[in-house]
Amino acid sequence: MLKNEDSKPNHWLTAALLMPTTMWFVFMLILPLIVILIFSFGERAAVGGYAASFTFEQYANLPSRLKAFQNTMIFAPIGTLLSLFMAYPLAYYLALRVDRRYKFILLVLVIVPFWTSLLIRTYAWIFILGGRGIPLMLEWIGIEGVRLVNTPGAVLIGIVYGYLPLMVFPIFVSLEKIDKNLLEASNDLGGTPFKTFMQITLPLSMLGVATGCMLVFILLMGEFLIPAFLGGGKVFFIGNALVDLFLQSRNWPFGSAVSVTLVVIMLITVSLYMRLTMRTKTGRDESLM
Amino acid sequence: MSEQDISESPDIRFVGVSKWFGDVVAVDKIDLSVERGAFFSFLGPSGCGKTTSLRLIAGFDQPTEGDVFISGTSVVGIPSHKRPVNMVFQNYALFPHMNVADNIAYGLRQRNPKPPKQEIAKRVDETLELVRLSGFGKRKSWELSGGQQQRVALARALINHPTVLLLDEPLAALDRKLRREMQMELQTLQREVGITFILVTHDQEEALSMSDRICIMREGQIIQSGSPRELYDEPVNRYVADFVGKTNFFNGKVVTANKSSISINSESCAVLVGVKSKGAPTPKIGSNACVAVRPEMISISAADEKDNHADIVIKGHVKNRIFLGEHSEYLIVTEGFGDVLVLSPKTNESNRRIFAPGDHVSISWMPEAVLVLEDT
Repeated sequence: MLKNEDSKPNHWLTAALLMPTTMWFVFMLILPLIVILIFSFGERAAVGGYAASFTFEQYANLPSRLKAFQNTMIFAPIGTLLSLFMAYPLAYYLALRVDRRYKFILLVLVIVPFWTSLLIRTYAWIFILGGRGIPLMLEWIGIEGVRLVNTPGAVLIGIVYGYLPLMVFPIFVSLEKIDKNLLEASNDLGGTPFKTFMQITLPLSMLGVATGCMLVFILLMGEFLIPAFLGGGKVFFIGNALVDLFLQSRNWPFGSAVSVTLVVIMLITVSLYMRLTMRTKTGRDESLM
Repeated sequence: MSEQDISESPDIRFVGVSKWFGDVVAVDKIDLSVERGAFFSFLGPSGCGKTTSLRLIAGFDQPTEGDVFISGTSVVGIPSHKRPVNMVFQNYALFPHMNVADNIAYGLRQRNPKPPKQEIAKRVDETLELVRLSGFGKRKSWELSGGQQQRVALARALINHPTVLLLDEPLAALDRKLRREMQMELQTLQREVGITFILVTHDQEEALSMSDRICIMREGQIIQSGSPRELYDEPVNRYVADFVGKTNFFNGKVVTANKSSISINSESCAVLVGVKSKGAPTPKIGSNACVAVRPEMISISAADEKDNHADIVIKGHVKNRIFLGEHSEYLIVTEGFGDVLVLSPKTNESNRRIFAPGDHVSISWMPEAVLVLEDT
């Protein structure tokens, strides 16, 4: 039949179109992961790097990096929540309140920082938070002895600054997709603006909130730049431990073991999180389409 | 204001209400009042200000000037959640994350204090029954058909016993047959609950069939308001005559005019005599006027037949005939009057001839059937 004749070449086309992506994932993601997994059971060679072996020694040594794991597991959720609380009002304003004429300009302004590398922008924060930045200005108005840089607070400021757009956009999209008639209907039925927000706006934007939190959380788990710059060695993440292990002490097997552990922790947290958010909004996504 | 005053004042009153969006006027100094328990319609093409008028009542927009009263109390500045009116939206606006029962209960749950759970459940069941959706409470709103969603939207508004129910093109998304059914249902429902209904529609048939009173709007102004029959039989101008039902128009110069009748000289030099519309001013002799004849007021006969009762007889031939079930529409090409639409009921066809395209016929009507209108 005609349909079968049509579908055959389409299979080839589909395969051909998916080929580059597949190759990329196989060679750039799957294979390296396998390599790291193998390395993690090996030993450090005398000159650094990897020496073939099969031992659980590296995993037994994990507690020596406990502080890095703890910091990551504390700062990633807190940073995610802080970004959420900063991003939601901004997204809400952009999606529902701002005049149509300025919406585009304001959205562009949210993205503009991305045109400069995060490295440079984070570097700039060292000066803003450093001795001749905000603390100096505070001195002018009589508040002395404020230390900002190389504190947990500085790391959180850096995190919120760096990841805000990633949180703003998914929430903005989900808020803008809400039929404005629903909000009017709620008002019309006696819902005060606050109740309308709690009962209609917030539940209908949860998909964007979940997406934004996921994006920021996953990236924060692997973050190393911000703690390195703004934490000044006092606040270090797993990412910093990895940089240290692979590049400085050249202990590849231990670094691999830490990486594998991080991947496992991430998989568990993310799948739990997915399970949780999926359950609360089954069916709703279909209706939003 | 005393109880007596409130019960006697109309449910909705507009006094010199205007609404500007930037430098565009959506509603232009309108005055109107809607009596308690009426089924009232705003009728007009899109952009005529009818939906804006409805939103001014609902409280989604505030008037730029003028005053809006609900039950005799000015509501200008009062937000929508404090107004005793409820709206059925064109796209129904059902909350997608709630089931049917929760959608309907929404209004009750916003009250302060919140009614007890059992009472809410009982009222929801009653309202579901009212809109013939018993047993649908647990369904998701997006699982329902368009007609069912429409009824949920109605139930969600009616459960609050509003003073006025606002309906914004509620039937526009339904197919023709379902729309007919819902029109009947809405009328019955309105009588049952005794609430004032205010409908916005661009569909003249819908407005004519359901409303007690219709307000025809154009460019933010009220052109005419009255009962469906008044609008149909005594349109104040050509716009209304054209908007409400089908009409044949003839343009010409006024030859004679007195209080009740007018004759005009058409392009073809024949003289048409007509009865002046009640509201219309007496036109000056020599000025342009337009006469309108409703297609069902014209009778059609074979060219050689003589109709002794009719004063106005025009000859022509059949160009087209459309069979529409209960009646037929003929398009007649006349000598000097252009194309004329004639509506012939089926009862006439059984004992009269059915004409085919090309047949020579004469069409005739009584002078009372002719309306002379302002040509606007």
